[in-house]
Amino acid sequence: MRYSAYSIFKEALSGNRMWKPAWREPQPKPHYDVIIVGGGGHGLATAYYLAKEFGITNVAVLEKGYLGSGNVGRNTTIIRSNYLLEGNNPFYEFSLKLWEGLERDFNYNAMVSQRGMLNLFHSDGQRDAYARRGNGMRIHGIDAELLDREQVRRKAPYLNFDHARFPIMGALYQKRAGTVRHDAVAWGYGRGADARGVDLIQHCEVTGIRRENGLVTGVETTKGFIGCNKLALAAAGNTTTVGRMADLELPIESHVLQAFVSEGLKPVVDHVITYGAGHFYISQSDKGGLVFGAEIDFYSSYAQRGNLATVEHTMEEGVSLIPGLSRAKVLRSWGGVMDMSMDGSPIIDRTPIDNLYLNCGWCYGGFKATPASGFCFAHLIAKNETHHVTRFMRLDRFERGYTIDEAGRGPQPNLH
Amino acid sequence: MASLITCPHCGTRPKEEFSIRGAAAPKRPSPTAKDEAWHVYVYVRDNPKGRYQEYWHHVAGCRRFLVVERDNLTHEVFGVTDAAEFERAGADE
Repeated sequence: MRYSAYSIFKEALSGNRMWKPAWREPQPKPHYDVIIVGGGGHGLATAYYLAKEFGITNVAVLEKGYLGSGNVGRNTTIIRSNYLLEGNNPFYEFSLKLWEGLERDFNYNAMVSQRGMLNLFHSDGQRDAYARRGNGMRIHGIDAELLDREQVRRKAPYLNFDHARFPIMGALYQKRAGTVRHDAVAWGYGRGADARGVDLIQHCEVTGIRRENGLVTGVETTKGFIGCNKLALAAAGNTTTVGRMADLELPIESHVLQAFVSEGLKPVVDHVITYGAGHFYISQSDKGGLVFGAEIDFYSSYAQRGNLATVEHTMEEGVSLIPGLSRAKVLRSWGGVMDMSMDGSPIIDRTPIDNLYLNCGWCYGGFKATPASGFCFAHLIAKNETHHVTRFMRLDRFERGYTIDEAGRGPQPNLH
Repeated sequence: MASLITCPHCGTRPKEEFSIRGAAAPKRPSPTAKDEAWHVYVYVRDNPKGRYQEYWHHVAGCRRFLVVERDNLTHEVFGVTDAAEFERAGADE
């Protein structure tokens, strides 16, 4: 069924009895052309583009929980393409362009809202670094503007401009950045993939990868053995666990990142704002909740819950940036398991096993990448060729000395 | 939640006093080792789920590097050793 204003009107008149579930709940077939492990944003987007752009529809997505139960529903919903390095920014810009047409493309309201993003700076040196980044973006045709203090004040008067230690001097502004309703991204991609024949199999955990003569022949799961011609991993924080089943050696550590939402408030934060003096980011959802987060907990973790010390640190940063935040109550907080890579950038590549494909290392920037990650991964799986914008995101780049270290922090995953 | 760490030198201290360096399992190769060995040491991680050994630096205490062994799923802490002792124990194996 196609969603439209007309369909809402028609269903309302017939008592809303005709709505169908957005996707089927099929049992696994014995064999698929492609199996994707991981029914999160990236896995579902990959299935969607495989079917829609590359005509491969005999596909299964295996998800150990329910669709979108991992990081796609746990992030702070920000989309942007304000990266500096050539290995990153054409990819993220491709993603932002896909976001811009996404809702029409998959016929689902994902509430894409390009409300603009302010990356605040607080010193001369930081201004210069942001100017450089902005110029790097503009060279690649991405919108970027350097705002001074008064221009920022007009947009966000509630910020702590005269902070004694970290006064706000201005911001790098990307107007096309914004937020998206994250659950709807999983649902929209899932529904679109299902409509094109992809089987979305929930509560089906992969427990082993079967290989013969150096090639993958299928996966052992909690619903039995399922055969495939090609296997694609998009398992985020559990990448190592799944990769180990195929003896992959990976440059990944799993860490927990927390996120928070306040009680619903009247509209106050109109943009996405990041605090340059710390690592704090905030926006306001359409329901009114302030959605914010800061850094990971720094120690290795597979638990989807975090440490109170990080909660305290996040709140301190928030109140330092927006003093009025001290009057808001936190409604909920949660954690997600991040696949932190050794240079802070992702991997979309083949593996030493010819029919096994890898998509991982998203650190905590995976949400904004969802459309391009799905598109490029589908391109790689379908054509066995790397998509142009992911040509730097190779698994062997560490060995070759071509890391994509946006933050310049070296092989220290908890600092990216 | 690994909120309290018992430092062998300073006693039980809050987590905020420590900074975390990362996995303690990788062993530094000899300076003349092949590039492959250095690649594995610098970039490849076992990243196990469960029991995990990690370097923690007691920045706001004795400033010693420690090895905290804990479960990264339940956050139960099994033991804390001084990193020098950990290295010596590893060398004896």
